Amino acid sequence: MHVPDGYLDAATTAGTAAVAAAGVALALRGARRELDERTAPMAGLTAAFVFAVQMMNFPIAYGTSGHLIGGALTAVLVGPWTAVLCMTVVLLVQALVFADGGLTALGTNVTLMGLVAVGVGYGAFRLLRAVLPAGRTGVLAAAGVGAFLSVPVAALVFVGLFGLGGVADVSLTSVAAAMGGVHLLIGLGEAAITVAVLGAVLAVRPDLVRGARHLQRATTLAPRPATAGRPAAPTAVDAR
Amino acid sequence: MGAGHGHGAGLASMYVPGASPVHRLEPHTKLVAVLAFALVVVLTPVHAGWAPWAYAGFLALLLGVAAVAGIRPGRLLRGLVVEVPFVFFALLLPVVSRGPRTEVLGLSLSESGLAAGGSILAKATLSVLAATLLAATTDPRALLRGLDRLRLPAVLVQILTFMIRYADVVGGELRRMKVARESRGFRARRVGALKVLGPAAGSLFIRSYERGERVHLAMLSRGYTGRLPTGPVAVVGSRSWAAALSLPLAAVAVLGAGSLLG
Repeated sequence: MHVPDGYLDAATTAGTAAVAAAGVALALRGARRELDERTAPMAGLTAAFVFAVQMMNFPIAYGTSGHLIGGALTAVLVGPWTAVLCMTVVLLVQALVFADGGLTALGTNVTLMGLVAVGVGYGAFRLLRAVLPAGRTGVLAAAGVGAFLSVPVAALVFVGLFGLGGVADVSLTSVAAAMGGVHLLIGLGEAAITVAVLGAVLAVRPDLVRGARHLQRATTLAPRPATAGRPAAPTAVDAR
Repeated sequence: MGAGHGHGAGLASMYVPGASPVHRLEPHTKLVAVLAFALVVVLTPVHAGWAPWAYAGFLALLLGVAAVAGIRPGRLLRGLVVEVPFVFFALLLPVVSRGPRTEVLGLSLSESGLAAGGSILAKATLSVLAATLLAATTDPRALLRGLDRLRLPAVLVQILTFMIRYADVVGGELRRMKVARESRGFRARRVGALKVLGPAAGSLFIRSYERGERVHLAMLSRGYTGRLPTGPVAVVGSRSWAAALSLPLAAVAVLGAGSLLG
C-alpha cells in the first residue's frame, strides 16, 4: 500500500517529507548505537532481506494471500533505528526502480511505513514485553501484537493525512471505517507472519533477535561473538 | 495486499540497456527532472476545467521522451501494474464523496468525487510513467551515483549500495528455497503453511545477516573505515542540465498555457 503521487496536496506532502527527513536523520544517529561501524553492511543486508521477504506470498485464509510489510518484525530483529533506515531504503528503491509509490509522496510513505509502522510496532512490543512474563512466548506475543497494531494505525494516520490534505471531499468517518476495517484484517496477517518468522529465528539464532536479548542469560551455551570468524580464545580444557 | 510486489525478476528487470540521449544523461540530472515533473503534475489544480487537457499534454511529453529513449509502450504499461491497489481507492471516491450528486449508469455519484477520483488516477498514472521511464533508462547503480551527487547522507547511500548489490543474491536464495519446497510437493494453501514458510523466511534473515557479517569482515580486512571511496566526479555542463530539465519545463509550459487559455 504505497501512496502514489497526487493523493495529498502540496502542503501535506511537504509536511510529511519534513517529518520523514527529521525521522531518518534521527535514525541515522540512533543506528550507530545499534550497529556501530557495521551500520552500512548490516543495514544494507537487512534491507535486502525486507525487500526479498516482501515478495514472498503467505496464504492467510479462504484462498487469499498476503505479504509482509515488515516494519515491526525488522524493529524486533535489528532494533528500531536500523529498522527505520531499512524501511526507508526499501521504499526508496521501490519508488525509484519499480515506480511503486510516488516520488513526491516518498516522504509520506517513509512517514507511514517507516516511522509510524516501526514506531507503533516497536513501542507496543516494548510495552507488552515489560508487562508479559519474560520468555519466548512473551516475546512472540508482544511482537505479534506490535505487528498487528502497526498496520491499522499506519492506515488511520493515512486517513488523517487525507483528511488534512486530501484532494477529495469525503466523509472521513466512512473512509476511516473502510480503511481501518480492511487493515485490521491485513494486520492479522502481518501478526501471523511476524510471529512465524520470529519464532523460527528465535529457535535457531536467538542472539540475532535484538528484542529478545534479555532471554540470552537463560541459555547455557556460550554466546557467539558478534562478528563471526574471530578465533575463540583457548580455554583451559583446550590447552591440555 | 494481493499478489505481493511482483518484483520477482530482480532489480535489473526494469532497466532497458541503450545508448539513446536519455540513457546518456547524467543520473542526477534525470532524478531532478523526474522529481520536478512529478511536482508539476501534482500541483495541477484538480477542479479546473482544463485539467484533463493538461494531463493529455503531460502524457504527450512523456510519450515523446519514451520515443527518444526507444522505450516501447508495452514496457511503460508493465510499469503501471504497481498502481492497481490504489485504483480501487480512486474508484471508491465518487461513491463516498459528499456534495452534489449526478447519475452515471444508474449509480448516484458525487460530482466532486468524480473529479477528484479521475484526477488522482491521472496524476498517479503520469508520475508512475515518469518514474518507469527513469528506471528504464537508468541502471540502478547509476541511480545510486545520482543520489550521492544530490547529497543524500553518505551512510544512507552506503546502505542503498549494499541493498542493491545483495537484493538479487538474497532474492535468489528465496527463489531456490521456493523451488526446493515445491519440488517436494509443497503448496501454500492454508494458514498451516505458515509452519513451513515462517522458518523459510526466518532462515533467509539469518543467512542475510550472516552474509552481512562476512561482507563487513571482508571489507574491514581491506581497510574499510566506514566510508566508501568514490572516484572523481564528472563536471556536468549547463547543456546537459538543460536537456534533462526540458521535460519539467515543458510541463510547466503546459500548465501555464492551461491556466491562461482555460
